[in-house]
Amino acid sequence: MHVNGAVMDMTANAPGRATVPPPQTAALRAVSQTGGADRIMIGVEDLCMSYGGDTLALKHISFDIPWRHVTAFIGPSGCGKSTLLRCFNRLNDLLDDAWVTGRITLDGVDIHEPRVDVTELRKRVGMVFQKPNPFPKSVYDNVAYGPRLAGVRARRQLDEIVERSLVRAALWDEVRDRLRDSALGLSGGQQQRLCIARTLAASPDVLLMDEPCSALDPIATARIEQLIHDLKEHYTIVIVTHNMQQAARVSDFTAFLYLGALIEYGPTERLFTAPEMRETEDYITGRFG
Amino acid sequence: MRRALRSGDPFVWLTGGALATSLLMIAALLYVVMARALGFFWPSEVVQVHLAGGATALGQVRDREPLPRDQDPTGTAHRILLQVGNRDLYGADFRWLNERDIEATEVPTDAVVLERREWGPLFGFVQEVRAGDTVIATGPLDGWRALHDRLPAARELHGRILRMEKHEIGAINYRLEQERLALKRLQADGAGPAALGAVEATVAQLDQQYRAVQRDLDQLVAQSRVDTVVLSAAGGKEKSLPLVQVVRAYQPNALGVGAKLRVYGARLWEFVSADPRESNTEGGVFPAIFGTVMMVLLMSVAVVPFGVLTALYLREYARQGLLVRMVRIAVNNLAGVPSIVFGVFGLGFFVYFLGGSIDALFFPERLPSPTFGTGGILWASLTLALLTVPVVVVATEEALAAVPKENREGSLALGATKFETVWQIVLPNAMPGILTGLILAMARGAGEVAPLMITGVVKLAPSLPLDGYWPFVHLERKFMHLGFHIYDVGFQSPNVEAAKPMVYATTLLLLLIILALNLSAILIRARLRRKFVGSAF
Repeated sequence: MHVNGAVMDMTANAPGRATVPPPQTAALRAVSQTGGADRIMIGVEDLCMSYGGDTLALKHISFDIPWRHVTAFIGPSGCGKSTLLRCFNRLNDLLDDAWVTGRITLDGVDIHEPRVDVTELRKRVGMVFQKPNPFPKSVYDNVAYGPRLAGVRARRQLDEIVERSLVRAALWDEVRDRLRDSALGLSGGQQQRLCIARTLAASPDVLLMDEPCSALDPIATARIEQLIHDLKEHYTIVIVTHNMQQAARVSDFTAFLYLGALIEYGPTERLFTAPEMRETEDYITGRFG
Repeated sequence: MRRALRSGDPFVWLTGGALATSLLMIAALLYVVMARALGFFWPSEVVQVHLAGGATALGQVRDREPLPRDQDPTGTAHRILLQVGNRDLYGADFRWLNERDIEATEVPTDAVVLERREWGPLFGFVQEVRAGDTVIATGPLDGWRALHDRLPAARELHGRILRMEKHEIGAINYRLEQERLALKRLQADGAGPAALGAVEATVAQLDQQYRAVQRDLDQLVAQSRVDTVVLSAAGGKEKSLPLVQVVRAYQPNALGVGAKLRVYGARLWEFVSADPRESNTEGGVFPAIFGTVMMVLLMSVAVVPFGVLTALYLREYARQGLLVRMVRIAVNNLAGVPSIVFGVFGLGFFVYFLGGSIDALFFPERLPSPTFGTGGILWASLTLALLTVPVVVVATEEALAAVPKENREGSLALGATKFETVWQIVLPNAMPGILTGLILAMARGAGEVAPLMITGVVKLAPSLPLDGYWPFVHLERKFMHLGFHIYDVGFQSPNVEAAKPMVYATTLLLLLIILALNLSAILIRARLRRKFVGSAF
């Protein structure tokens, strides 16, 4: 599998989980209980985030996201799900007045450390957006965008990456004959899968998905959900969703956020069947939100 | 009444009326320009009028209008404007004739129009055609035939003389000038007499070549004076004209529609392809077309990168705040500065400061005669680029702002840097908008005259800014421009009546060129847009 050299180095040179003691949180215990991987992909410690001024968009959030599982963020509109997601690839850096305190670690490395190159971070942590956002280029050029940024120029290598990514995104059979056509000519569901393929082509470790199905019809949604299920074998997936059924269907762990705070986090099954907190229960039973 | 107002119907009428009024005015403008411009090339009939008192006049009717009130209180009588030509015979080539003075009008089939290289057209009847002192043909019929037979040879001869003057003598002059400059350079460097002697020897050799060519030329010129045509003009006058002076000869009254169309086409072609004659009131406007197009292209080359880079910083990199807002307002207001002010700035900054410095640095041997330190096509183009840069900046900024945030984030989320995102995603996306800015800039720049008048436009440029002599593109040269041509021919010409149709024709041409330039930019933009929108699903 093609792995970008720099990314490889970063993983190899990371201090390793041995030197950074894994925070013993409820989440980690939950992982052990479910018998899943006990490796933490993303660690969040006392994260506060603001879009400017004193109002906090995220309030003292701490939890861990396990390796190669699907973690879902649920919560009412404006609760900070997307904001939290965008902290993981530092997309909030683009905003002039925003600030962040606390720690986010990726494989044990603090992503806000000065020696972390933000573009390398974003290559490791791919993102799929709410609205399909293919570039106004051909299908091929869309998928090849990431590898080309990483310096891949050889035609055959690019062809191979494009095909593999499209196959993984379950789009290859539909577009194999129209790789040179504009990506904007695809249907909404195809566009979203193209965006997933485009993200996969950059060979990330983590896949952030910000309500990836909210602009799609039920059939396209089902395909994406199936895809998420298949992809978690290779990737750590974090998905923001409005749709609680979807969270229940696709995720292994679920975090419930409310007014910028993490209310409850645990294995999806337990959170939906036996929530520990009042707010969680009220939300999942539809009393508000 | 209130209900009618509230329903919005009067408003719809108001908006529709505004649109209709502007369309009407544009249509009227186009009609006037087109009718006058396109009518000019038509070989209209030559009439012979017999006036009370026995005098006659021969010419083409150009206008008809009521007599002024003080001459005719009833307001029913009219007068006509007759182009009688033959300026060298009569002094004036247009005459107003009162219709009540005209006793009879006829249309003689053998009346001839001779378009000449100098002095405007000649109207009359062929009396005889001579070769030297021998008469070859006499009378309107044989004379016309002989004239017709001999014209191609005369035209060919004229072409040879012209080529000789322009190319052979031009080349020698060019080399002489180079040697003269080399001599000055050597003198400035304090070179020894041996080097100076070599250059002087070359100069002497070139001088000899020049004299040889000049001898050949003199011979050709003498030869060209042999064949002459003698015309009898109205008023009992007689005019003898060397055939080489004739541009075109025809008998408009004897021509059928097809033949007239051929003459029409030939005159139209001459207009767009030939050099001007008779202080720009006749002949073509090719140098002006060339100058206009080249200037607009140079301006585009300068204004697009400059404007796009400015807009990129303002929109993409600068921190949006009070300062940026003020800069933006200032840029927008720049578009409202009178163009002549830009011209004065261009003269001071580009011509005197930049051009003067370039001369002092690179062309000291030519001083005191300036090379870049005087108006030229480069400085005029840069001045216009400065004038139109706000248009490009505003359009580009809007186009950049319209690039979807999702696309930028998509690119950044894939690990692209800000620069990569701007270069690969934002700029291609904004390209149609940038081209819109270019279209607006070109439309504004091509029609601008005032700043050009002090930065390099001339009434008559001896050579094009693009030719066969190294370095082929001569950005320092003065040039001609259709807009200035309109002003010059229309308002600075000694022969207003003769120049009038040229003004209309030139206006139409300028409009067409702007249209063509815009159309090509619009086509490119449409292609880009199609690329972005993608194939229909």
